[in-house]
Amino acid sequence: MTEPRQGTAKQDEDAPPVQTFLRYTHRGAPGLADTVFEVADLSVYYGDYEAVRDVTMAIGRRQITAMIGPSGCGKSTVLRCFNRMNDLIPGARVSGKITYHGEDLYAPEVDAIEVRRRIGMVFQKPNPFPKSIYDNIAYGPRVNGVRKGLDDIVEEALRQAALWDEVKDKLKESGLSLSGGQQQRLCIARTIAIKPEVILMDEPCSALDPIATAKIEDLMHGLAQDFTIIIVTHNMQQAARVSDRTAFFTADVDDQGVRHGRLVEYDLTGQIFTTPSDKRTEDYITGRFG
Amino acid sequence: MTVTQLVRRPRGSSSDGRGLLARGLGRYVPYATAAVVLALVALLFAGTDLNGMPSFVAIAGLGYVLAQTVLSVVIEGRRRAVDRLVTALVYAAFMAAALPLLLICWYTIQRGIAMVDLTFLTHSMFRVNPQEHGGGIYHAIVGTLIQVALASVLAAPLGILTAIYLVEYGMGRRFARVVNLFVDVMTGVPSIVVGLFIFTAWILVLGFNKSGLAGALALAIVMLPLVIRSAEQMLRLVPDDLREAAYALGAPKWRTITSVVLPTALGGVVTGVMLAVARIAGETAPLLLLVGINQRIEFNPFAGQEAQRPQESLPTLIFEQFGVAAGNTDAPPFQRAWSAALVLIILIGLLSLMARLVARFARTAR
Repeated sequence: MTEPRQGTAKQDEDAPPVQTFLRYTHRGAPGLADTVFEVADLSVYYGDYEAVRDVTMAIGRRQITAMIGPSGCGKSTVLRCFNRMNDLIPGARVSGKITYHGEDLYAPEVDAIEVRRRIGMVFQKPNPFPKSIYDNIAYGPRVNGVRKGLDDIVEEALRQAALWDEVKDKLKESGLSLSGGQQQRLCIARTIAIKPEVILMDEPCSALDPIATAKIEDLMHGLAQDFTIIIVTHNMQQAARVSDRTAFFTADVDDQGVRHGRLVEYDLTGQIFTTPSDKRTEDYITGRFG
Repeated sequence: MTVTQLVRRPRGSSSDGRGLLARGLGRYVPYATAAVVLALVALLFAGTDLNGMPSFVAIAGLGYVLAQTVLSVVIEGRRRAVDRLVTALVYAAFMAAALPLLLICWYTIQRGIAMVDLTFLTHSMFRVNPQEHGGGIYHAIVGTLIQVALASVLAAPLGILTAIYLVEYGMGRRFARVVNLFVDVMTGVPSIVVGLFIFTAWILVLGFNKSGLAGALALAIVMLPLVIRSAEQMLRLVPDDLREAAYALGAPKWRTITSVVLPTALGGVVTGVMLAVARIAGETAPLLLLVGINQRIEFNPFAGQEAQRPQESLPTLIFEQFGVAAGNTDAPPFQRAWSAALVLIILIGLLSLMARLVARFARTAR
């Protein structure tokens, strides 16, 4: 099993836990000194259906946090709470609390659009706009009122997404003319261009071949220098390779036979994959589950 | 060559050395069958008092399908015979559907082409005796173009905005369902009823006169549901992925619609509007009620009947000239009606062609 990236994890272990609300020591984030998000007792509902129940976790700054678990366990649902994308689904609501640097994300006075400008998102299927490569990258800055220096922003974002050398001569061509892996890096560059603090990735490699996946994983290591990354993935090896911390979700079936997603265990990635404290986690990572 | 192919071999025998090759009618048998059937039907027509092109085509076609099916059952087996029969039926259905269109074009060109020349296209009927040759339909062309343009300017933005409401904001709301119902009802309202409505509301109640504008208002109402439905379809085709991508970049809803959804759907929306324009360009019933008659060129769609100068239009001109001809198919007004019809068809064809070009251009621009 790959070791988590050196540096951040090591120094965090010595730091005292400062988040007092982390009651569940095995689920919280031991030794996490510098947090971006704190999630407390988060439940997500679609209409009357409680899709995810009582999630409590903290996300570390400039770390890569992976969320793994079987299909339907609510990991994508939780991810979409971090930038309030669930607002767009009619009937979706949350209870509990998510704070972003101490600010309640779901407070009535919070503007979801402002939230999304700080917390970017990359989707499962590459979804470039049917516009030129340049316009794809420039879209975010333009929407956010940037008029000058767009050329530099585009170049910098493409360089950070390791795509510049491949597309620098065809910036005017359609984003849809690129290959799947390139499209996904274009989408990452598009997200980087608005200079968010956090990048949410919802199974960013599930539609890509292994070579394109490896490129994106390399890219994520580099991006973690500047960004906080939360990634949802079905691929346990990927979580082990890229993440500092891993949250394992699963779905419980209640008395009425309704499935609810739950956070089972949240810890340093090395811990989760070598000495998980929960039987269900162990079963899942060793392949004895579903 | 037909002799060897007509020999029936025992089913499933591989001893004939053909292996997986199917026993078929071969390339020439269908043609030979057709020739034989044609000859037989010709003999039949010569021998009996059957006559006329339509019945010849019908009997020959039926005979050919029958002969082919029988041959095929005998030589190729049931499965291939059914295939041939259904293929023949599909072709026949296609020809039956295309025939009226071809006949319309053929008759219109045949009867209309003689009178269409530069004078016809650039002169009005002012001080021309409609019973004699001369004059032209310039005034009607001008009127149709202006009225259709006016109707489009009214209906296109309204229709596109309604479609945007239905797709982007409605989402199962009660008001959206009501709008949907109204659009369905509007689609079904006959255009003559729309004409009566404008006549009552615009001319009787509000007291305006018959004019090109009154006609354009009715055309706009006819056009509106067409634009709404086609634009709605196109907007729904825009993948939600793209909307989500824009929202995730911090784009507000209006910005997402104007900068991502509309540009993506633009080609289809424009095509829909153009096809709706083509559809109303030939609309006649409401114009008969609302526009009135004028032999002179009138560029002003607001000019009313009180000054004896409402705008003429192509459909109403065709109707008038047909009436003037009073059933005399050799009279100049009758020919004039056909020529005006030809011009109208060409005009609508050009609009449809433009719609295709716009769609193609918008697709390659992506």
